[in-house]
Amino acid sequence: MIAPGQAPPGAAERPRIVPRAEASAPAPRRGDARADADPAAKIEARALSKGFAEVSAVAAVSLAVRNGEFLVLLGPSGSGKSTLLRMIAGLETPSSGDVLIDGAVVTDLAPRSRNVAMVFQSYALYPHLTVFENIAFPLRARGVRGRALERRVLDASAAFGLEPLLRRKPRQLSGGERQRVALVRAIVREPTVLLLDEPLSNLDAQLRATAREELREFQRRVGTTAIYVTHDQVEAMALGDRIAVLDRGALRQVGSPHEIYEDPADTFVATFIGSPPMNLVRTAGALLGVRPEHLLPRTHFAAAEPITALPVRVGRVEYLGADRLAYGTLDDPWPHDPVVVRWPSTIAAALRAGERQQLFARDTDLKRFDPGTGRRAQ
Amino acid sequence: MDAIALDRVRPRRAAPRWRDDPQALARALLAPAILYIGLLVGFPFLLALYYSVSDATVGARVFHFVGLENFRSAIENPTFWQALRNSIVFTVVSQALVVVLGKAAAMALYRPFRGRALVRFLILLPWVAPISLGAIGWLWIFDPVYSILDWVARALHLIGPDAWPIWLGQPHLAMASVILVNVWRLAPLATVIILAGMSAIPQDIHDAAAIDGAGFWRHLIRINLPLLMPVMLVALLFGVVFTFTDMIVIFVLTRGGPYDTTQVLASLAFFTGVQGGDLAGGAAIALFLFPVLAAVAIGALTLARRAEVV
Repeated sequence: MIAPGQAPPGAAERPRIVPRAEASAPAPRRGDARADADPAAKIEARALSKGFAEVSAVAAVSLAVRNGEFLVLLGPSGSGKSTLLRMIAGLETPSSGDVLIDGAVVTDLAPRSRNVAMVFQSYALYPHLTVFENIAFPLRARGVRGRALERRVLDASAAFGLEPLLRRKPRQLSGGERQRVALVRAIVREPTVLLLDEPLSNLDAQLRATAREELREFQRRVGTTAIYVTHDQVEAMALGDRIAVLDRGALRQVGSPHEIYEDPADTFVATFIGSPPMNLVRTAGALLGVRPEHLLPRTHFAAAEPITALPVRVGRVEYLGADRLAYGTLDDPWPHDPVVVRWPSTIAAALRAGERQQLFARDTDLKRFDPGTGRRAQ
Repeated sequence: MDAIALDRVRPRRAAPRWRDDPQALARALLAPAILYIGLLVGFPFLLALYYSVSDATVGARVFHFVGLENFRSAIENPTFWQALRNSIVFTVVSQALVVVLGKAAAMALYRPFRGRALVRFLILLPWVAPISLGAIGWLWIFDPVYSILDWVARALHLIGPDAWPIWLGQPHLAMASVILVNVWRLAPLATVIILAGMSAIPQDIHDAAAIDGAGFWRHLIRINLPLLMPVMLVALLFGVVFTFTDMIVIFVLTRGGPYDTTQVLASLAFFTGVQGGDLAGGAAIALFLFPVLAAVAIGALTLARRAEVV
């Protein structure tokens, strides 16, 4: 089995893109590969900072991306995630700190000397060039000519079903087709790292789910290390091997989607991830966090399980089909803080406005945060 | 039954105010433009056609049909051919320089730097200043005795201490001088047009090209110039029209001399028709501008439409 990021046999001559037939073989999963993959970081940011006119866009971010990994930079708008990506690409010069690719400091190198590829939110296809010439552009810039050029463009296009579109101009393509052209143009040069800046946000909701799946599959097949910027937590959870959460230029937490969701490092991550977000309750000496779906009737817990009673006075109930959401406040002995409860439709118990519900949560599902710093407290 | 009853009730129809009537409003808003074109473009053009087949002079503007006599005599006049050649040289050389300089200046002014607003303002000055005033300023710069050009060239040892070039009095120097002044005057317009076109290209395209490995020249030739082609053609079209029909620079600086070596069609038509009094002959010469300008306009607009890609 080929580990992601490792070149398949004969890769020196052939593009690393696997044709469709071969790709149908089970692709190696990221999780399996991590153990035997090169532990050395493929991409590394060391205390990377960027200030624009006294405003700090990115503040001393240190981050290592593993070989073959799909890392998502997640944060609200203005969190510095795009600036961080553009510094890795070489489109922005850091105020301080370094970018390392394959262990070498590339901070002072131009984008074209870094062998990075980038897919933009707008796709940034060259409007005056055909699909063929768009895909050929990075190869021509690297001095690939003649039949070698043609073969690499055709192989890459064929692998992603772009052959019928090669003679078209970008304006004659649908949104989904443009996105695929942008991706193929990015990987045809076999980049060290593939950078993606919200590449799905220009697609309509219907197409986005399909495109997300295609994109993940795409990265698995090509095996390229990828860094993906988004403000959409669903995208981040679905795509990322790991997620790096950013807020106001600072890195809040890096971890697998599971870690980010179940073990948020601070109240920002806790309330940014999850919809509705984690409830925060003020208690003596700590903020207590509990996810809306973890507040359940007594019958859902085994007798011996260590649980905590959290009575809720229900104010309003929203019926959403698959879920019911109840908005209310905690009741005595707790402070009357607002809480949201989320029950899947599989829970039959009644949930009525105005009632006091005796709800419980597993002690392991209660997360304690320092009320001053917002960091997790043990 | 109800339907019949309803038919009898005739609702009063409120007439819209004329301002809310799109048809009336359209006519009212178009009227000034049509009036302007009719009075200041259409009428003089028809008058020129009329004069060109007559023997009207400044003193006797009575119509006496002479057929194509005026065109025949223009074609038989060697000065006419020289003026046509000069017009083409004047236009082609100055516009080639204008587009190249305009593109270079636009690239220099595209990225922000300290004092960019001031530099943009200064670059635009030659365009906003009255042409005749600018040309008179150049008349001093080209003065055979006090020319600042001579001083500078002598100080830099480009010309010897005894060389006294007569900028506007020697045939080749005179043509170079009027071309220089025309470029000085029209380059700002091209710069502004191209700058606007450059701002219309999304930054993502430039970033993508940088990441895809394009260096300066590849970026310029494969991305920038093709995307700017429609806008540069517009700048070129404006420049050609302004240059081919203009006579102010030449009138002020050389009056077509020496020996008609800077005489262009527009100035020749002026000297023949207005100063020489031969209205009919001047009109015939001026009409030779028309097919050239029409062809240039149609060609440039067609190309611009075909090149529209973004």
